[in-house]
Amino acid sequence: MRPFVALSMGFLFGVGLALSGMTDTHKVIGFLDVAGSWDSDLLWVMGSALAVSFGLTPLILKRSAPVFAATFSLPARSDIDTRLVFGAVLFGCGWGLFGYCPGPAIVALPVGDTSTLVFVAGMILGMGLTQLTPPPTAEQAGNQPV
Amino acid sequence: MSLPLFPILGGLLIGTASMGLLLLLGRVAGISGIFWAAITGPDRGWRWLFITGLLLAGLTLHSFDSVPIPDAPAGPIWLAGFAGVLVGVGTRIGSGCTSGHGVCGIGRRSQRSFTATLVFMGTGIAIVYLTRHVLSWLA
Repeated sequence: MRPFVALSMGFLFGVGLALSGMTDTHKVIGFLDVAGSWDSDLLWVMGSALAVSFGLTPLILKRSAPVFAATFSLPARSDIDTRLVFGAVLFGCGWGLFGYCPGPAIVALPVGDTSTLVFVAGMILGMGLTQLTPPPTAEQAGNQPV
Repeated sequence: MSLPLFPILGGLLIGTASMGLLLLLGRVAGISGIFWAAITGPDRGWRWLFITGLLLAGLTLHSFDSVPIPDAPAGPIWLAGFAGVLVGVGTRIGSGCTSGHGVCGIGRRSQRSFTATLVFMGTGIAIVYLTRHVLSWLA
């Protein structure tokens, strides 16, 4: 059951991204371009996704365990540190420069544009580069990537 | 004004898939984290299946007439690689992206995710303003 769940939730998530137009970098740049001809679509996508997650997350986490796993695997940290903010700044720079965040770039891969492939290759390289920095401290190790 | 049907429907699907993954497998649907751990492990199996689901969605959806194939991204090829590196480094150091922080994290009322989302959105807006309106580059 677990493999089916993972595959179908990935598919559903990807359908959401493709259907909403988020695989189109021009639409994403259009949303970030508040001084140009602003495209509100990303706000609607984010708003309706958040309506579901904000409403359902507390109800789901009231359960003692997920349906097909022993425990919930959630990030443990709650402090706001410089790594978090610095990382978000770098991510925002890349996002604003080209218009892809990780999800839409992966969903757009089968469309077959070379630049999408180059972006994802760059992303893997960038993720690998972070392995060269000092390893997280003990508390940070409790922080699972989301 | 008419409501943007596809963005709302797409957002509801994204939210539903995220909540399905949390309820059924107890996992956060953060794509940068799932993607990297699918490569490096541990527990790669379900993560590859999730990524496969994303790819299958792109493959099937964009073959429908009503979901047009997106235009090729604007900008030179080196920019695609450079932006990719920034997104890769940033999402690892910052522990997440639009999905993990923006949808799932805020859904959990996480202050870290709320902060990260404000910062990457603000930075994205600033970068687009800088490249398109100040430098008039990529305009």
